[in-house]
Amino acid sequence: MWGYLLRRGIGALIVMWAVATLVFFMLRIVPGDPFAAMLADAGDMEAVEALRRKFGLDQPMYVQYVKWFWNALQGDFGTSIYGARVPVQQLLIEALPRTLSIAGLSFVIALIIAVPAGLIAATRRNTAWDHGVTFFAFLGLSMPDFWLAILLIVFLAVNISWLPAIGYEPLSAGFWPWLSHLILPAIAVGTGFSAIIARMIRSSMLEVLKTDYMRVARAKGLANSTLIFYHALPNALIPVVTVIGIAFALLMSGAVVVENVFSIKGLGRLLIQGILNRDYPVVQGAILVVSAIFVFSNLLVDMLYSVIDPRIRYDS
Amino acid sequence: MTPDAALAPAELVARRPSGWSRFATLILADKKALVGLIVLSVLTFAAVFGPLLSPYDPNDMAFDMILGPSWAHPLGTDDLGRDLLSRLIVGTQVSLFVGVSTVTIALAVGVTLGVLAGYFGGWVDHVVMRYIDLQWAFPNFIIAVYLVAVLGTGLVNVIVAISLAFVDDFARIARGMVLSIKQEQYIAAARTVGASNFRIMWRHILPNATAPIIVQATVSVSYAILGEASLSFLGLGVEASTPTWGLILAESRSFISRAWWLGIFPGLAIMLTVLSINFLGDALRDFLDVRESRSL
Repeated sequence: MWGYLLRRGIGALIVMWAVATLVFFMLRIVPGDPFAAMLADAGDMEAVEALRRKFGLDQPMYVQYVKWFWNALQGDFGTSIYGARVPVQQLLIEALPRTLSIAGLSFVIALIIAVPAGLIAATRRNTAWDHGVTFFAFLGLSMPDFWLAILLIVFLAVNISWLPAIGYEPLSAGFWPWLSHLILPAIAVGTGFSAIIARMIRSSMLEVLKTDYMRVARAKGLANSTLIFYHALPNALIPVVTVIGIAFALLMSGAVVVENVFSIKGLGRLLIQGILNRDYPVVQGAILVVSAIFVFSNLLVDMLYSVIDPRIRYDS
Repeated sequence: MTPDAALAPAELVARRPSGWSRFATLILADKKALVGLIVLSVLTFAAVFGPLLSPYDPNDMAFDMILGPSWAHPLGTDDLGRDLLSRLIVGTQVSLFVGVSTVTIALAVGVTLGVLAGYFGGWVDHVVMRYIDLQWAFPNFIIAVYLVAVLGTGLVNVIVAISLAFVDDFARIARGMVLSIKQEQYIAAARTVGASNFRIMWRHILPNATAPIIVQATVSVSYAILGEASLSFLGLGVEASTPTWGLILAESRSFISRAWWLGIFPGLAIMLTVLSINFLGDALRDFLDVRESRSL
């Protein structure tokens, strides 16, 4: 187990290094200098040169790379080249809890929708309920999350002011302010995912309901609710756990888009704004952190498997 | 001579319908797939004959601003007085073109990589697998965002970014198929009669690996279209002068509470397209008997 963990951990670090390095060089090879774009209208080439020197962009690429890598190892990602020149690590630290809050809450919302929907569809197979769930699952899968986000803002926030339309409040400002700002983004992100989970729960419930131990439980004369919730559901959820890794990936990429609709300065908004401004240090920092989240959540999920299903071992 | 052998070829054909006619029967029986096919046909028609069908110039700001749907403007006008229907038709062209072209490129590159890796094994397999593993750690959309981040925006870059983002899915499936097909006796037989590596891959392995690849391709088109719409919405898509579905939504965001049509129709266009492809993909999956495929 520990040997496996160590190997996977090293692998994860290599993936992050590879992504960071690829992004670093590709950003610099592809033509288009942020300062030239910034000061193009002024036509002040001296100012452009001065800024390039200030941020080290005049040095050879490998020198820039070694410097950046060495600083990044120490947690220094440089400063944003736009606006107030905020250190990138500060932006990232502020953004991280926002994105993780959205991803986490959307996971909860997805389960709140998906578990009952999947159960209803499986226990009432081939009825109108079942067809309804399947149809809504298709809709959920096909609806762009940013569109749902816009509709939620217009109908629930602007028109009837149930919830705040944009922005974010940290948890330290109180539970409700935090939650109320996250509900709409989380619904926007979680709906598509709930469709996947609902379909999954439906099919795995149908499998479980066919098993011998369910027949035994039924023969014992157990109440229907005991059968479903105590005997069937826990087993039907095992395959669902196996997609949590994919789930997290989906929710994170959803958050990246939806943050921009709700003007929440999370990692996604940081990344997109960085790209639009050609703000290299911000783009690099954001990509590194987003990548780290994916790589290590994959690792974590693989670990989870062996905890949940003891038949899976990683010793070999 | 047995009675069976005496049957004319035409009767034999009648007894075992071709794949196409069986698929047609299935589509006609499956209401969802039928709806999907009809919607996609209409959209394709609109995309191909777009300029002829389009009532107005999509960028012409000649009309009153924020007009609701009417006979003159079936889907209304936007905040700059442009006809929404004409703009959505251009969006259809972009969406379908990006969806089909990216998946075609991703399929060609991915399947080639996967087949080479699975067939030759050794260091080729090692290199390809490292690359697949690297990309597999990230959702396709995030890869596309990373690539747009380094390549820049614009139609060509968006197509390159989305294509590359889907390569690993096809490579992985093709490799898996090749690994199992390689063990079949007919491959050994082909090798014995002196078929070249290329011939074995192209004529003997690939035709037997098409089913899961076709299903993956269908699913991928829907995700590619969603991806393009998301990129456009974020301002990372094709040129800002091209009215894509995502861009129309982004531009009209602040007017939607006053003009519902600006929020509903572009989103509906994206959703109907993706939904139709998913319906068709589901029917194909059943028809070709392929297990669940992954694509995010």
